[in-house]
Amino acid sequence: MTEATTLHATPAATAAGGTATADTATPFIRFEDVSLRYGGAGGTLAVEGATLDIPKGGFVSIVGPSGCGKSTLLKMVSGLIPPTAGRVVVGGRPVTGPLGFVGMAFQNPTPLPWYSVIDNVMLPLRIVEPYRSTFRARYDEYRAKAEALLAMVGLKGFGDKKPWQLSGGMLQRASLCRALIHEPELLLLDEPFGALDAFTREELWQVLQELWLARRPTVMLITHDLAESVLLSETVFVMSARPGRLLHSEDVPFARPRGLDVMYEPEFVAMVHRLRTRIGNARAEGMRTA
Amino acid sequence: MTASLLSNRFVIKAFPVVFVALIFIAWEVLVIATGIKSVILPPPSAVIHDLVTKFPLIWPHALQTLYTTMVGFGGAIIVGVLLGALIGSSRLAYEAFYPVLIGFSSIPKVAVVPIFVLWFGVGTVPAILTSLVISFFPIVVNVATGLATTEPELEDVLRALGAKKRDILLKVGLPRAMPYFFASLKISVTLAFVGTVLSETVAANKGIGNVMMVASANYQTALAFGALLLLAIMGVILYGIFALLETRFAGWSQRKADIALQSH
Repeated sequence: MTEATTLHATPAATAAGGTATADTATPFIRFEDVSLRYGGAGGTLAVEGATLDIPKGGFVSIVGPSGCGKSTLLKMVSGLIPPTAGRVVVGGRPVTGPLGFVGMAFQNPTPLPWYSVIDNVMLPLRIVEPYRSTFRARYDEYRAKAEALLAMVGLKGFGDKKPWQLSGGMLQRASLCRALIHEPELLLLDEPFGALDAFTREELWQVLQELWLARRPTVMLITHDLAESVLLSETVFVMSARPGRLLHSEDVPFARPRGLDVMYEPEFVAMVHRLRTRIGNARAEGMRTA
Repeated sequence: MTASLLSNRFVIKAFPVVFVALIFIAWEVLVIATGIKSVILPPPSAVIHDLVTKFPLIWPHALQTLYTTMVGFGGAIIVGVLLGALIGSSRLAYEAFYPVLIGFSSIPKVAVVPIFVLWFGVGTVPAILTSLVISFFPIVVNVATGLATTEPELEDVLRALGAKKRDILLKVGLPRAMPYFFASLKISVTLAFVGTVLSETVAANKGIGNVMMVASANYQTALAFGALLLLAIMGVILYGIFALLETRFAGWSQRKADIALQSH
């Protein structure tokens, strides 16, 4: 495993502390009139003319009717699929292939069943430089790092368990750790809490918020849950039904850290309601055109 | 009653032994009751008697068959894993090779023995090759299937981290394919025996297959049955060895079931 890689080194500065503040002047992620069509010229148009800016260290949510191309946006940011038109710029550079420093988590936590929980969390360190080439030499250090992260999400002492010994909620916590272990500048979350029960979900909202406040990665969260999007993010983007277009964006004014109580404040409820109406309109429009 | 009997580990372990004994008793009784001639169907007592008394004569042949089978099986593992990894990780290779493989596996292997004999002459080589070609297909299919079970989300996670195709294959694909691989080994090792004996009965002067041909030609039916019994025993032992290896190397896929058993 000593092949030369062209991966971008992970800047450690962003993860060092919670001092970094969102810098709106130079966006970290920029979609410039991006469209994506699956399956060649006659294929389905999944995303159409998406233009949006996300500041460094920002936290944005993207909500929209199902099948509107939300996940496709994430894949284009991470470089897993190239846009058919327009371009995606991350950190000042156009995305041309897998970025190599992105943390990702999905609804399905996908642990490797033959690894212990801590080895699962450390998986990215076996792949991303500079950790990869120093993985053996600095194993103890990396392990301590993974243990600290597990403690942060409430999994202290669970590192040596096997994935099947953990509940779905615990696995999703570990999955978040796996996405963050290599201190990525960019965290992409595709409905990570979609399959969890309401109480576990509420707990993990708090966990994610703490992690974000502590490390300030740039976060893109895809969700169906409007309350979740308002609670967690700085800006909520609403997408239309397929082909996905960005219809509307709304900045969330509530102070950090946001406790669950904020969800019962009239302003919060009103905002969720406004977004709900937007999505309803988007869905209805989608049905008319379909 | 049944539940408490099944919960006793010792009883479960004893089950197969009891069942085999019952088969032999039924067989013995059948032969005695019907008065069937020993040359048609010898009673198990005669089979075991022949097997024991002629053991020094049979043993070298058994070793020859075992050796041939293991070499052929070893080749099948190499071919099976390489082809399986290729087909399981490349769409192009899958499209190109799979129809050919299906076609090849549909050919009755008894039909290829004469060709091997034509190429390599009578003896060990055709037996090894027959054993190989009869047993590699399940390995190919299982390794390919195992590789294909890698979750697309996990692949996205790894690719977004900059993992190359080879990284994903080595770190995720192949470990995930291990349970499938070992499951196929258990099947394939018994098939490898079939291949060897098949070739030995057609074209060899050594091996259990040859012993059976000679014995049946001389109406030594009990000896032929004895050779069959020995084959069955070797097959069970090899199956057991690979089942043990499976627990050792892919035990993570079985632990869930073990725990479930213990907790009920």
